[in-house]
Amino acid sequence: MSGALVNATRFRAAHQEAWARLEAIVTRIEKRSVRALDEDDLLALPVLYRTTLSSLSVARETSLDRALQTYLEQLCTRAYFQIYGAPGNAWRQIAQFFASGWPRAVASLWRETLVAALLGVLGTVLGYWLVRHDPSWFFSIIPAELAEGRDPSASAQSLREVLYGGHDSDPLATFATYLFTHNAQVALFAFALGFAFAAPTALLLVYNGLTLGALLAIYAQKGLTFALAGWLIIHGSTELFAITLAGAAGFRIGLAVAFPGRQGRLESAVTAGRIGGTAMAGVVLMLVVAGLLEGVGRQTIQVDWQRYAVGCTVFTAWLVYYYLPRGRHALA
Amino acid sequence: MRWPRLRRTPQDRSLRRQFVTPEGVDLRLDLAGAGERATAFLIDALIMLAILVALTISIALTIDSAGESSSSALAIIWLLGFFLLRNGWFVLFELSGRGATPGKRLLGLRVVARDGSRLTGGAVLVRNAMREVELFLPLSFLAIDASESRLDALIYILAFSWVALFLFFPLFNRDRLRVGDLLAGTWVVHAVRGALADDLVGIMTVRQRRTFPKAALELYGIYELQTLEDVLRKGSDEAVVTVAASIRTKAGLPDDGDDFGFLSDYYAALCARLERDAVLGRRRENKFAAASSA
Repeated sequence: MSGALVNATRFRAAHQEAWARLEAIVTRIEKRSVRALDEDDLLALPVLYRTTLSSLSVARETSLDRALQTYLEQLCTRAYFQIYGAPGNAWRQIAQFFASGWPRAVASLWRETLVAALLGVLGTVLGYWLVRHDPSWFFSIIPAELAEGRDPSASAQSLREVLYGGHDSDPLATFATYLFTHNAQVALFAFALGFAFAAPTALLLVYNGLTLGALLAIYAQKGLTFALAGWLIIHGSTELFAITLAGAAGFRIGLAVAFPGRQGRLESAVTAGRIGGTAMAGVVLMLVVAGLLEGVGRQTIQVDWQRYAVGCTVFTAWLVYYYLPRGRHALA
Repeated sequence: MRWPRLRRTPQDRSLRRQFVTPEGVDLRLDLAGAGERATAFLIDALIMLAILVALTISIALTIDSAGESSSSALAIIWLLGFFLLRNGWFVLFELSGRGATPGKRLLGLRVVARDGSRLTGGAVLVRNAMREVELFLPLSFLAIDASESRLDALIYILAFSWVALFLFFPLFNRDRLRVGDLLAGTWVVHAVRGALADDLVGIMTVRQRRTFPKAALELYGIYELQTLEDVLRKGSDEAVVTVAASIRTKAGLPDDGDDFGFLSDYYAALCARLERDAVLGRRRENKFAAASSA
């Protein structure tokens, strides 16, 4: 040892073993998971991490060997992110998401949800009024390929068939899957558009309402309102709620960026983004439920009152899940 | 008078960021540049495309052989597979221990929270949901044929520059944040796995080291020393010859024909000297700083 010319040589000799062991442990965690470690390594990990971190400090002060500094920097960074930054246990995270993360995120968006719902209702009323007033509006609101023959000139008979016919040619499960993937993509899009100061999200919500209103109007002309509402409510209570929540999460982000309030703009965006992200995970799950209700439930349940019962029950369940005050135990 | 905001030091523009651990040590993270981010994304996109093509072909072949009876189940698999690939690929990989998709892993990058805390599912989801406006929206605009559509050319240009703003967002900020990064509180850093390079000085047993006069060791500072380290570790033969010649000329030393040996010994002697001075509180950053008189 006495023959060493510079600090780096002595330093390397004294600590290299600890660094190599930390590196081996971190590599194993990165490749597999923390569970791949045995007890000894698990106990040694924090100690080795601190040793290496202090080695880095010492090396920066006393050694001019840049390769050594770079190596220690890289090793400490990797170890840091495995110890402090890695996502926790997946199952516990999922349990936490269902128990509190999801309902809390949605509940905290209640103001934005009300505004989004109001915009949707506004669009619906507007669409209804426009089409009742002048049926030609229908064609400007609903694209022809979506209408599938349901336009103001359609007979009551053909309109009724759509409500109770079911998609015989389309197997139910495929239809449900298609509806889910399509709606989820639209909801994610509406959410992401919120970043542009919420304006595009608002337009999307109003337009969504317009199509609903236009559809209601042509059925109302033929006295089929009650039947159409049953046809819509069975899945719509979940689907429209989910889209409203997606819009609300988008609003939260847009508003946080535009009006950060007391927080810094960046901080406020991050807070809003994390709430929005959790809510959006929930929205995607809601749309899975809506897809199943629409694709399978609606095609098998053909009686109006049963459709109403299912739709209202599911909607009440969502409300209870989100907004019922939670006890202290739910915090855990 | 100069506009104050235009005055920037090179430090401002570098991608190195201070990052202090709870133990109080600055880890100095290197952020990923825009080019690396784009490359990583392209690699991911290509892999996803390959998987999608393989999935589609295998499903088409199965329908061909198994007949129409299984087509609805396969249609579900395709729809879900496409949805998962588009939305789940980034989320699931970034939530794993490495915090990186295969593309990022290839380039030695990973996603971390800006405040150093855990990466949550919500954050990763936001990060990737924002891709809808950052990437798919501009792409769908490109897909619209401007001459065919009913849009005015002016509206088209305005709308496109609006969506391009999202696409090029990382170029407009110092930390190379995407819109998704901004909202999720994340950034993308280098996390390379490097091996410890050999000690250049080491303990010499085979031969005696050259000794240098004091004046020769007062020529350079730490910056030059570390540049010399780079030359010794990965420089070409040509670089070694050039550097050795210029040091010899400056220090007035004779050429003994062994350039690499000369440089190694000079490095060791200079390193020992600068290190001793630094420990004694006379750290000399570069050759322009005053040499110690001791």
